[in-house]
Amino acid sequence: MSLKFQGIGAAPGLCKGKAVVLKSQKIEWSSSSIGAADVDKEIARFNKAVETAVSQLEELANQVAAKVGEAEAEIMRAQALMASDPGFTEDVASRIAQSLMSAENAVQQASEEQAKMLEGLGDEYLAARAADMRDVGRRILAALTGTADRAVVLGRLQPDTVIVADDLAPSETAAIDIHNVSGIVLDKGGRTSHTAILARSMGIPAVMGLGTATEDISDGDLVIMDGNKGWVVVKPEDDLLKEFDEAIEREERRKQELSVLKDLPAITTDGHLIELACNIGSGQEAGLVLDAGADGVGLFRTEFLFIDRNSPPSEEEQFEIYKQVLSQLAPKPVVIRTLDAGGDKFIPYLNIPDEENPFLGFRAIRLCLEEKELFRSQLRALLRASTFGTLRIMFPMVADIHELRAAKREYEIAKAELESQGVQVADNVQVGIMIEVPSAAIQADVLAAECDFFSIGTNDLVQYTMASDRGNPKVAHLSDPFYPAVLRLIARTISEAHRHGIWVGMCGEMAGMEPAVPLLVGMGIDELSMAPASVPRAKEIVRSISYEEAKAIWEKVRMMTDKDEIRAYLEGLVSR
Amino acid sequence: MVEQTVVVQSEVGLHARPAALFVQTAAKFKSQITLEANGKTANGKSILQVLSLGAKQGDSLLIRAEGEDEAEALESLVDLIMRGAEATS
Repeated sequence: MSLKFQGIGAAPGLCKGKAVVLKSQKIEWSSSSIGAADVDKEIARFNKAVETAVSQLEELANQVAAKVGEAEAEIMRAQALMASDPGFTEDVASRIAQSLMSAENAVQQASEEQAKMLEGLGDEYLAARAADMRDVGRRILAALTGTADRAVVLGRLQPDTVIVADDLAPSETAAIDIHNVSGIVLDKGGRTSHTAILARSMGIPAVMGLGTATEDISDGDLVIMDGNKGWVVVKPEDDLLKEFDEAIEREERRKQELSVLKDLPAITTDGHLIELACNIGSGQEAGLVLDAGADGVGLFRTEFLFIDRNSPPSEEEQFEIYKQVLSQLAPKPVVIRTLDAGGDKFIPYLNIPDEENPFLGFRAIRLCLEEKELFRSQLRALLRASTFGTLRIMFPMVADIHELRAAKREYEIAKAELESQGVQVADNVQVGIMIEVPSAAIQADVLAAECDFFSIGTNDLVQYTMASDRGNPKVAHLSDPFYPAVLRLIARTISEAHRHGIWVGMCGEMAGMEPAVPLLVGMGIDELSMAPASVPRAKEIVRSISYEEAKAIWEKVRMMTDKDEIRAYLEGLVSR
Repeated sequence: MVEQTVVVQSEVGLHARPAALFVQTAAKFKSQITLEANGKTANGKSILQVLSLGAKQGDSLLIRAEGEDEAEALESLVDLIMRGAEATS
């Protein structure tokens, strides 16, 4: 009988394959101490395990370099150096010789001690290396105990495999052979996990957060899954399987059709050009922007640099990432949003007190203007990276001109500071704001006079305009950007921006909704920024209409008073 | 024994890739390699110790080599630090 599970769609695409289940890796050994006579034998055993670990890591690094890229392979190369590091190996040998520990116990303690030492140095980069050191310790332990290395297993799978695991380390995901793995199903993880990001950049569909997939699915089970909708069916019945095969075929055909548009501009039939950009949430996703045939990045969320850690990233660490993305996409523009913490994005070291209404609380620009040091280091890192490409800096959640002025003051201070230190800063950096608070849309005329661009963030704009919590299913029906009140705010933002001669884009969910594209073009939007996967279809829509038609669509919608009527009308226009 | 003081050129200091390159280069020589920076000393063949120096761009770094190929080792390592910018790319 078939079983259906619902999880989180973490990497898009449909796929079918045979399950290979990887249970969580337990390493066990029996002896914690040895006799004095066995010291040499134990040290020799350790040295052999180190050799095995180093050669595994080098093999992995080469695989990853070929499949993903040199930058990702560096992680494994550095780990190989750590495994054979004299400071570490001597420490292990002396624990074996002097304390008569078994090699396993010695490795476990020595690697933990080195990891703690790295964490204690008060440097973000080194603290991250502590995780690498622990990884190395585990790998040597696996070699000592003869435990199969999962990453090696992952590199040697049969074609059409769906991997089912509790979780995958990024190094394991990177080791996957993309020709043989058609999908990934995980008990843990979510859309923003590093594994999800890697899966998206490798083009492997993934469903995560299933909880008990490793228990419910057995090796060899036939699995079909949808990485967009986040469902997995085990042992599907014939009817469903046939239907699914047809869906895969349709998806393939559609991909082919859209791929011819990749290098063409998003231009209406009468020559009105729209910039189609992508929203990305990590440095690794920059490659997807190019693959999608987009014109740049309309929203680079920087939260990933700040979450899942115990102290803020250094200016240096940020600089490296910004530089990488800007240079990879140059000369295409990249809009980088300064830290949008608070709300539903919790960052432990910021000590944001519990708030009754976090979405109306201490978040985004409000927080950055208080946490000046944090804000300054981000602005400095951005400005230092500005010479490597076309940088546009965007402040989130600006509600009033005071906030814009205060943020711009910080920007000017950071810039002057760098220039006085002789650091070169590009002279074409644009500074703009998100329009996501109704007050900002209402005062768009005032704000437009003092910044270089707007980008409309519809998710929050809808939530604040309709006073409906988008996470609350009881009021979810109110979270719809097609309500006339929201459309009026958007139209006002666009026309005020143009009256002041600045460009205006949209980076919220709405920008990637098919029915919204003709409407927004008709309203005069200059840029639409969306998930890379949505770009080809949006381009097809833009190229299928004229600017005059699009304007007429907006004129018609402007007269409508019912959002269901608006939606039905717009959906009818783009249905195929 | 030979030694020389150099200023770290790499934008990221003696971190990440530059540190790995340094250790890999040091390992090619028979001589003992010692590094001093910020009042700390490190074995130049240990990635963990080199990283723990926390040497940043502009810090001065004393490189010491002792052994049969000390002159050659020192020259290669000084050269590597001086070419810092390249090593970060």
